[in-house]
Amino acid sequence: MKIAVTVNGERYERDVEPRTLLAYFLREDLGLTGTHVGCDSSSCGCCVVAMDGDRAVKSCTMFAVQADGHEITTVEGLEQGGKLHPLQQAFWDQHGLQCGYCTPGMLMTSYVLLKHQPAPNEAEIREAIAGNLCRCTGYQNIVKAIQQASTELAAEPAAAAVGS
Amino acid sequence: MNSFTFTRARTIADALRSARGDVKFLAGGTTLVDLMKLDVERPAGIIDLNALPLAEVRRTPDGGLHIGALARNSDVAHHPDVVRDYPLLSQALLSGASVQLRNMASTGGNLLQRTRCVYFRDAAMACNKRSPGSGCAAIGGFNRNLAILGTSAHCIATNPSDQNVALTALEATVHVTGSNGERSVPIGDFYLLPGQTPERETILEPGDLVTSVTLPPPAPGAGSTYVKLRDRASFEFALASAAVVVTIKGGVMQRARVAMGGIATKPWRNLDVEAALEGQPATRERFADAAQILLSDAKPQSRNGFKVELAKRCLVHALSVATAVT
Ligand SMILES: Cc1cc2nc3c(=O)[nH]c(=O)nc-3n(C[C@H](O)[C@H](O)[C@H](O)COP(=O)(O)OP(=O)(O)OC[C@H]3O[C@@H](n4cnc5c(N)ncnc54)[C@H](O)[C@@H]3O)c2cc1C
Ligand code: SF4
Ligand code: FES
Ligand code: FES
Repeated sequence: MKIAVTVNGERYERDVEPRTLLAYFLREDLGLTGTHVGCDSSSCGCCVVAMDGDRAVKSCTMFAVQADGHEITTVEGLEQGGKLHPLQQAFWDQHGLQCGYCTPGMLMTSYVLLKHQPAPNEAEIREAIAGNLCRCTGYQNIVKAIQQASTELAAEPAAAAVGS
Repeated sequence: MNSFTFTRARTIADALRSARGDVKFLAGGTTLVDLMKLDVERPAGIIDLNALPLAEVRRTPDGGLHIGALARNSDVAHHPDVVRDYPLLSQALLSGASVQLRNMASTGGNLLQRTRCVYFRDAAMACNKRSPGSGCAAIGGFNRNLAILGTSAHCIATNPSDQNVALTALEATVHVTGSNGERSVPIGDFYLLPGQTPERETILEPGDLVTSVTLPPPAPGAGSTYVKLRDRASFEFALASAAVVVTIKGGVMQRARVAMGGIATKPWRNLDVEAALEGQPATRERFADAAQILLSDAKPQSRNGFKVELAKRCLVHALSVATAVT
């Protein structure tokens, strides 16, 4: 089935089998391996991408054909012109990752969170990342990283929008 | 996953016409796609509903609310009319799944989500619901999260939804269209008990499409809440949950609507429980009496006996919150 999907601002036209999941389309057809697959059963959240800029979705729970005509932002779309997105920088600064497996999903979930709620409190951050499991960090530093990015983006709002 | 044909329905008529044979409707996909990955569902065709104009949430002329079948759980939960007039529906939706799943999950899909019984989800195990006549591995097996009310010798699986419990307490109506035309079914008549045919969960016939859910006007002056008890504070299904709507006058409960989740094979409403509350003072003693009636014919399984007491406490707590009794 022919589909056209805009990923990180670039339009891709591909012929896919309907059963291809979006996560595998991104990783295997487009070579964008930043989006991870962990549980493959809608639970862990490391496959999260942003759809149409403002909705975090689990890309292992969607067929690629459902993304036809939509815009997807993946973790590769965060960095702009060689400069890390304030969220990426904050995860680095605050040690918000250890093995890094959950990180792409954490980043994309918090990217959408900060669009809707630029100044979330700790409880709101924790609720937002409830669908993102991390086996390493204990979440403490992930929360701190999202708080840092929220402060920085408030000072420099132009950096928030990417990919589209 | 088996391969299948993919059809995008452009109109409702289109969807109904394509719904012949071994096909499944796709809404948010958060139930269906997972079950297809597990080979529990192996449809020959998928009919994608997402282009249909069924996502609207709007007031009805009588002051109630119309919720389109494709309205996303997140959009319904944050809709100002839901937050103001039906807060327990908002609470129930927000207590379910995670933000990413609620962004995809639809009102109709949530109505029809399947059980989380682990044996249903494992194609190698005996399960009457998945494979009629094969037996029930959950009876005597891992049944900690399964039902104590409405069970049969053939199936003890819970309806795992939070939304459906709130919709039951709110006395929602489900609107369906199919080859036999349109019909509207009170949610209390929508779900079937497992009996001897656990594979049949609702009154829907093959090819029937849920188009919307409507809510009656909010009960004036009512207090309400949704309480969900689970193994961890977020991202987990209910072990027991209660949705209650209570109107009080002079300390006496005039009208009570009570539905329970996590403990029964369908969203559970027992009119005797409501009758035991109505006309009574809003006190913990009367709440406990009602809870006793609710659980009086509970049939605990080998590993979920704790749910009897848990469900009672859940209901007493929900009624205390809704009526502001401490
Ligand atoms: C990890 C995880 C955690 C979860 N936690 C919770 C929780 O805590 N509480 C909770 O309540 N739920 C929870 N859920 C379940 C989730 O709420 C449901 O999967 C979701 O609501 C289903 O909606 P959907 O639109 O994605 O359905 P789909 O998967 O698209 O469809 C589900 C079924 O309904 C049928 N269908 C869909 N729409 C229609 C229609 N309009 N007419 C006729 N048939 C239709 C489909 O054919 C399919 O059989 C969880 C799910 C996951 C994956
Ligand atoms: S409880 Fe129901 S769903 Fe679970 S194994 Fe038994 S028949 Fe299947
Ligand atoms: S890989 Fe998608 S949620 Fe785990
Ligand atoms: S950093 Fe290892 S899983 Fe989160």
